[in-house]
Amino acid sequence: MNALLAVRDLEVAYGNIPALHGITIEVQKGEIVTLIGANGAGKTTTLRTISGLLKPRRGEIVFNERNIGGTKPDVITAMGVSHVPEGRGIFANLTVGDNLELGAYVRKEKITDSEYERVFALFPVLKERLKQNAGTLSGGEQQMLAISRALMSKPNVLLLDEPSLGLAPQMVQAIFRVVKEINAEGTTILLVEQNAHMALVTAHRGYVMETGRIVLHDTTKALLASDRVKKAYLGG
Amino acid sequence: MQTFLQYLLNGIAVGAKLINFAHGDVFMLGSFVGFYAGGWAARHMNNQAGTLMSWVVAAAIMLLSMIACGLFGYLNERIAYRPLRNAPRIASLITAIGVSFFLEYGGQFVFGPDPKFFPTLIEKHLIQFGTITTTNYQIIVLVVAVIFMALLQYIVYGTRFGRAMRAVSFNFETASLMGIPTDRIISITFMIGSALAAVAGILFAVSYPKIDPLMGIMPGLKAFVAAVLGGIGNVPGAVVGGLIIGIIESFVGGSRFSNFTPAIAFIILIGILLFRPSGLFGKYEPEKV
Repeated sequence: MNALLAVRDLEVAYGNIPALHGITIEVQKGEIVTLIGANGAGKTTTLRTISGLLKPRRGEIVFNERNIGGTKPDVITAMGVSHVPEGRGIFANLTVGDNLELGAYVRKEKITDSEYERVFALFPVLKERLKQNAGTLSGGEQQMLAISRALMSKPNVLLLDEPSLGLAPQMVQAIFRVVKEINAEGTTILLVEQNAHMALVTAHRGYVMETGRIVLHDTTKALLASDRVKKAYLGG
Repeated sequence: MQTFLQYLLNGIAVGAKLINFAHGDVFMLGSFVGFYAGGWAARHMNNQAGTLMSWVVAAAIMLLSMIACGLFGYLNERIAYRPLRNAPRIASLITAIGVSFFLEYGGQFVFGPDPKFFPTLIEKHLIQFGTITTTNYQIIVLVVAVIFMALLQYIVYGTRFGRAMRAVSFNFETASLMGIPTDRIISITFMIGSALAAVAGILFAVSYPKIDPLMGIMPGLKAFVAAVLGGIGNVPGAVVGGLIIGIIESFVGGSRFSNFTPAIAFIILIGILLFRPSGLFGKYEPEKV
């Protein structure tokens, strides 16, 4: 079976400084795939290139059998790849409701009541905050909003960049529970995380990145058992 | 009391015109388009000023000027700003100054440096409101300005396009991840801003018919002060900021300190930047990390 999203021999550079040295990642339909690694390994660069914010220097990005490398980000979003950026990317001066409506921008029609109900079922706190400016939300609430917003375009693939960053442990648990739930309902997920443990217990398969290269990839079960992963990312 | 109210009304009329989101020089361009179109119309209208026809012609001239300036706004963005999208902000600022000089001195070259007199399309007459005297011109200016402000307010806060516009202005990269075609939104925003500058240019030329290629400098600076006073990015704030400056200027102009009138806006600017940099209605929201 062909992968829903595949990155092959991808090279990306910032000016003359290479960030990715030819990486290959495949995500099958229905999977949660995680990309773990230390700061600066190139995880965010990978996601940003997939969603079109960065241009690949070499290699290809294939989504739904189409090469989308170098396509503009708004076009890629419209194709069905939704990216929750690192730091959440909330429009702080707009209301929570406006943020959600912007997530639905590519559909050109308004969000239906049942879709709102769906979001509130996942994240009840957003219901009472709907008319509030998004900048007044806590970090965890902003992450909830960012994920809900990304779902509004009804994506085939959701790219999540460090959803646990800066959140309280309880909130991290809640976010990952929802990630699993979203996946169970049919959305394929590519998850970038520094919190390797949470990522590996949530995902089906994982890729380990070091300085712009994939050094390991396997099922998460195998990765959790691997000495190398244990030593480097799971604290012993 | 009578003079007080008179000044107030003048102030509102002057103030309302200060709301100009594009540069003052596009405003000048708008006046000149109106000048040439109006001159052409006047030659072909055979003194029909005051009739219904003259209103239609005046509206058509304003529309033409809006279209011309909107087109300029599009080219301006395309040529001068888009290549600098990812450059440091100071680069766009310098470009803005460059575009401004281009229009001011290009305008002198094309239109000639000497002042021109804007044609009279609608007959001017005095209107008496109890003890206040005003002209129909001031009322027209006020009404047209209010209509366009309301329209702008509606576009920015009441439409899907406006929501996308606000998202792009907050963070265009994240906006593109929402599927918003950021380049197109920015182009249209420049066109709207420039078309509104054209409206202001026409309204200004109608009230002060002496126009010249450098006429946009002061109104442009004052519009900027008005926007800062109201809080950058806040449409009603800029309206109120414009009104406040206009009213204060009218008062000072009518007092024995009238020599200082042109300095008022800048005194306000310095004061605002020192004591309330977010403007009267701007909200300061600390960013959560």
